[in-house]
Amino acid sequence: MSDFIGDWHALLVLLVAGVLPNQIWRMLGLWFGGGLDEGSELLVWVRAVATAVLAGVIAQIVVQPPGALASVPDWLRYSAVVAGFAAFMLSRKSIFAGVVAGEIVMLAGKWWLG
Amino acid sequence: MRCTGSTVLALVLFVTYIGIGALSHDTHFSLAWALTATLLVWAGPAQIILISTLGSGATIVQAAIAVTVTAIRLFPMVVSVLPMTRTPTTKRRHLILVAHFIAVTMWVECYRFLPQVPRERRIAFVHGLGSGLVCIGLTATTIGYLLAANLSQLFAAAILLLTPLAFLFSTARNSREVADVVALVLGLLLYPVASLMHSGVDILVSGVVAGTIAYGVHRWKARA
Repeated sequence: MSDFIGDWHALLVLLVAGVLPNQIWRMLGLWFGGGLDEGSELLVWVRAVATAVLAGVIAQIVVQPPGALASVPDWLRYSAVVAGFAAFMLSRKSIFAGVVAGEIVMLAGKWWLG
Repeated sequence: MRCTGSTVLALVLFVTYIGIGALSHDTHFSLAWALTATLLVWAGPAQIILISTLGSGATIVQAAIAVTVTAIRLFPMVVSVLPMTRTPTTKRRHLILVAHFIAVTMWVECYRFLPQVPRERRIAFVHGLGSGLVCIGLTATTIGYLLAANLSQLFAAAILLLTPLAFLFSTARNSREVADVVALVLGLLLYPVASLMHSGVDILVSGVVAGTIAYGVHRWKARA
C-alpha cells in the first residue's frame, strides 16, 4: 500500500505546483468570464498565446525528451513526427492516422538500428 | 455517457493519459500521485510539464511557474464555454464543476455538442461528459503506469512519443483560423530558439512571442 501512495511530500508538491496553478485560471475564468465578449480582441490574443505555449510543450518533449524517449536518436524522433504529420495531412486530418504513422516510423527505426 | 464513448477525442485522451501514466512511472512518482494529478489537475500538458520539471530536479517554485504558464490557456477556454451553459437563473456556484472539467478535450467537445443540447440541460450534460472523460483519463493513467513498469525501453519510448503526436495533431485539427495556425507553427519553431536562454521560463517566452506575432497577423488580415 505504501508503494501505491508513495511519499506525502510529493503529494503536497503536487497540490502546490500542479493543482493550484491550474484551478486559479479556471476560477478566474469563472469569475471574469461574464464580462468578456467571446470574440473580443483580448481573447483572440490570449488564445493565440495559449496555442503557442502548447506548441512549445510539444517541441520540448521532442527536442529535450524525457525518460525512455531519450534513448531514441534525435533524427529518428524528428523523422517520426514529420512522417506522422504527413500521414495526418494525407488522411484528411485524421489524428489516429498521424499518431500510428509516427509510432511505426519510430519503432521501425529503432528496430533497424538494433 | 453515449457521447463520451463516441468521441474520437476520447481516444486521443486515452492515448495521452497512457503517456502521462508511463511518464509518471519513469520519473519515480507513485501511482496514487499520478491518479491524484489526473483527477485534480485534469490538464494533460500541465501534468506533463509538472512531471518533467520536477523529474529533472526543478524547485517547487520553478515547476509552479511553468505549470501556471501552460494553464493560462484554460482561462480563455472557460471564458468561452461558460456563456454557452448559462441560463438567466444560473448562479456562479452552479458552474464551478463545469469550470473544473474544462480542458482541451472538453472545450472542443462542448463546441461540438452543446448547440444540440437544450440550454437548461447543458450543465448536466457537461457534468456527465466531464465525469466520463475523467474516468477514461484515470483508467488510462493506471494502464500507462503499469505498462511502463513492465515494458522494454523500446515500447516505453513509444508510449512517451504518443503525447507530443496526439497533442500536435489535435491542436492542428482545431486550428481553424489563421492566427491559430501561425501560433502553432511559430510556437513549435521558436521553442528550440528560446530554450537556448535556459531561463527556466523558456516556454513562456516562446509562447508570448509566437502568440503575439500570430495576433498581429490576425489584426493585419482583419484590416486587409
